Amino acid sequence: MNQKTFFAFIGPSVLMMVLFIALPLATVLKQSFYINQPIYETLEVETCTPTFTGQVCSVDLKTVPVIGENGKVLKKNEFVGLLNYQNVIEYPRVIAAFADKSWRQFMTIDFWKALRFTLSFTLITLPLVLLFGLLIALCINNAAKSIRGPVIFVSLLPMIITPVIGALSIRWLFIGDGILTSFLEWWFAKDIAMFAQAWTIEFMMMMYRVWHVAPFAAIVFYAGLQTVNQDTVESAIIDGANRWEKLRYVLLPHLMPLIVFVTLIHLMDSYRVFEEVVGFSSQAYVISLQWLTYDFLMVDQSGNRSISRASASAMLTMIGIVLLLIPVLKGVWRDYKDKRL
Amino acid sequence: MFLKKLATAVVVTSIASGAWAGCAFENGTELKTLTAGFDSWKAVTSAMAECGNVTSTLDQDFKDVQADAFAANPSLYQIGGVNNSAFSILVNAGTIRPLDDLVAKYGSHLKPSQLIKVNGQTMAIAMQVNNQHLMYREDVFKELRIPEPKTHADMVAAAAKIAKYTSLSVAATPIGGTYAAGWNLGEEFVNNYLGNGGEFFGEGNAPSINNATGVATLNTMKDLAAYMDPEYLVSESTYVQQQFQQGKIAMATLWATRAAAMDNAEESTVVGKVKMASAPMGSTRAAATNWWDGVVLAANMTDEQADAAFRVVMEGIDTEMVLANNDAAVWLVDGYVAGSAAQGALDTATNGAAPYPSSLAGMGAMHSALGNGVGAFLTGEKDAATALADIEAAYIIAATESGLM
Repeated sequence: MNQKTFFAFIGPSVLMMVLFIALPLATVLKQSFYINQPIYETLEVETCTPTFTGQVCSVDLKTVPVIGENGKVLKKNEFVGLLNYQNVIEYPRVIAAFADKSWRQFMTIDFWKALRFTLSFTLITLPLVLLFGLLIALCINNAAKSIRGPVIFVSLLPMIITPVIGALSIRWLFIGDGILTSFLEWWFAKDIAMFAQAWTIEFMMMMYRVWHVAPFAAIVFYAGLQTVNQDTVESAIIDGANRWEKLRYVLLPHLMPLIVFVTLIHLMDSYRVFEEVVGFSSQAYVISLQWLTYDFLMVDQSGNRSISRASASAMLTMIGIVLLLIPVLKGVWRDYKDKRL
Repeated sequence: MFLKKLATAVVVTSIASGAWAGCAFENGTELKTLTAGFDSWKAVTSAMAECGNVTSTLDQDFKDVQADAFAANPSLYQIGGVNNSAFSILVNAGTIRPLDDLVAKYGSHLKPSQLIKVNGQTMAIAMQVNNQHLMYREDVFKELRIPEPKTHADMVAAAAKIAKYTSLSVAATPIGGTYAAGWNLGEEFVNNYLGNGGEFFGEGNAPSINNATGVATLNTMKDLAAYMDPEYLVSESTYVQQQFQQGKIAMATLWATRAAAMDNAEESTVVGKVKMASAPMGSTRAAATNWWDGVVLAANMTDEQADAAFRVVMEGIDTEMVLANNDAAVWLVDGYVAGSAAQGALDTATNGAAPYPSSLAGMGAMHSALGNGVGAFLTGEKDAATALADIEAAYIIAATESGLM
């Protein structure tokens, strides 16, 4: 392929990526160094409002935003350097917590509380997803040809469900006297409240995520199993390899690139854990980094959004993902170089 | 928040033109409404729909999208339902239109108290007032000879007594509360703190909640929470309403707009058993806040659209609608007769409940900080002083970012 054709082919997608990925990212990066706020003035305002006993009018001094000539609220954009990052990370409180040697105190700071959960969520679900994905894939692969179609279909079902809807379903199964909680109460003959402490909520979130993502890993691994060199498998069996040795020395090395692929995808996805927090409305107990960004973005009772802090928090989330991916990518790069040599 | 949006089933009613039996005129202009989702809005929007060409979105989290939807040009909704807090946002943003000429043309029958005025201009038409008040199971209280609770301490004492009668279905969790972390929990703190005579701000929008009143308020909330379902940090209004209806709780401070649902035989197992009473007294006044709900029209639409929209609104909040839905709210509309369902709301107002301080510019940031921060005290993660200090710190960061401090 000559260079011209090559660029003609990838040109459109590069353009799209610049337009829809790079530019938004750049604006978020820029916004994270700025503060955008309405200009306020203090005015005497007379308001008449109804009460239970009739109308009440009052004249009060109010802080109200200035409305410009185009009918929009006047805003100013001010460069503040790393202030937004500082406001998200709250390092003076971190230092205070360390000075007191208090993990508890450290965990009351939103960002770090969210980071702690996000990291443990990511790192605990990863091996479980790989393990269950592999088990399901092996099950499908060993199933009789006649039932293989239905088995694939059933094992893919969890993946089809929209994450928020899935999380809501779990919530309704367990909240209050939900059927599964009632069942557990009957089973253990004691009162159980799944949404009344952090660890049960975190446990449900992780179980839900594994249930939801394992089919994806399974289908990828299953596809990989179709391309295993049958001669190698047969010679391994002739050499007296048992099931475990076959898996360990033939199948797993063959699947390794796919395992790395699933790992990469899962690290990126689960670091952005969000649906579970919203679906379970767990914010009093468990929050994640992505939820923190969302919370900054939500309008408050006065109509303000913390867009600057949301931008900073989004950038920090991205940095976190990159840091997590580096070890995995390093491994991939090493293999690639080894192969080229 | 986001969850409620999904769970509260965004009810969309669209009635094709021609179905204008209950309406005085046939509306030919496409109109869209965005309101909250409780019963009285259901009544009002279905009365509007009778005029034809009205599409209504009922969403408990309407405030998350309303400001932006109305700022669009043309506005995404022509008619908006607001409460006093959402109203302040729209007035400040300048995205709703003055209604004086339309009131003169079509609204001469409106009561003066329905006209919400800012600097002399009518900016909204109010339809109802709302607050939170005590609801309790009269049958249970009578049987156990417990007098009607007047204060939070009474509620706790009553709960302690009820909890001893383990054969009762309400014994396990005698108290219900809208303590869901976020807006609801923030609102509960606001109610109780105002009831105790607290002030939220000092000079220059600086926070002032970290004081003895704040600590007392938190302790009261924790005392009540001890008798609630342990999952109280996820329980919002609808959940508490259902706990009542299913006979699981004996008392709760709940929105007046939820009172009628207790006697709805289709959902409730406790019809006729729930008594409405004043919100419990704080140290200075009833621990509740007064709200009003009303209708606004977007600034960004044509005058013809506004004309049609206003006529539809007048049909939506007319006497006919009120007569059919008398107990759904404490209506401000002519023809409303205060029944037993409204008694709690009226008593609460008589006991001096304060209006929700939505006109304070810092209240939004404060409410959010409270909603996110009070939970840590209730779960025991922080002591009261630390929790309040952290809430103030969170408020200061937010208020500084939005330019208030």
